[in-house]
Amino acid sequence: MKVKFDTGGLGLSRWYEYVIRFVFGGTITALTGIAAQHYGAEIGGLFMAFPAILPAAATLIDRHEREKKERDGLDGTQRGRVTAGADAAGAAMGSIGLMVFGLIVWLKLTNSLLSLVLVGATLAWLAASVMVWELRETLYRRIRARLHAASGHGLHAAAQRGSSTHRRFDE
Amino acid sequence: MTEILVRFVVGGVVVSAFALLGDLLKPKSFAGLFGAAPSVALATLLLTVSKQGKEYASLEARSMLIGAIAFFFYALVVSRLLIRRKLPVLPVTGFSMAVWFACAFGCWNAVLR
Repeated sequence: MKVKFDTGGLGLSRWYEYVIRFVFGGTITALTGIAAQHYGAEIGGLFMAFPAILPAAATLIDRHEREKKERDGLDGTQRGRVTAGADAAGAAMGSIGLMVFGLIVWLKLTNSLLSLVLVGATLAWLAASVMVWELRETLYRRIRARLHAASGHGLHAAAQRGSSTHRRFDE
Repeated sequence: MTEILVRFVVGGVVVSAFALLGDLLKPKSFAGLFGAAPSVALATLLLTVSKQGKEYASLEARSMLIGAIAFFFYALVVSRLLIRRKLPVLPVTGFSMAVWFACAFGCWNAVLR
């Protein structure tokens, strides 16, 4: 599946949704600092990878998808939940990149320039996350192709139904 | 107090910027990568290095590795419950936080303590 920019999603967001994200992000960053002050760097550091934005993002995605379906007179409850699930699956892949980010900062920060380490680690996060996502996409494509080649018509049709359901929700 | 306020504003701006970038991308599984962007880490590290130095920030980054492993399991549980079981989003994302806390503090206790 091709990655694309789509500004249409911005029109669905309301002003207070941006405020919610800002408050969530700000609160977690502040709490990370407070935790580090009270319990030391080792506990504070854990919260640098706290899933601060995921619950808010998933809730918003769910609501947007439901509203889109309801405008067409359909019940979008399931679609909303599965699309939010696809977003969370992406976050799981992104968290592997987050591990790479932490590893680079831990090993390089003390003897390198801060800006250089942060830019390098952020680029490494992006590269690792995209690689994991690409790998998953390639594996899914191969599995579907094998099902297509090995199965009879009935099984193939069932696999197609399954995969198209998955895709529809992922878009 | 001022330091906490600065952290709040810087964190809010960085997290919002990454979230906005995620809003612009399709498909949703790709946009989801930005839900695990190092936004809180970037804001925290910038402020920590200026205040407490690189050694301290490096220690935080080591713990962040464990936090990221916990994040992986949290996001995995949330995605499975939403895609396979189709459970309501808010309770799933809320109650699954227990997975993050258990995994993060469990690993910290086993490895770093």
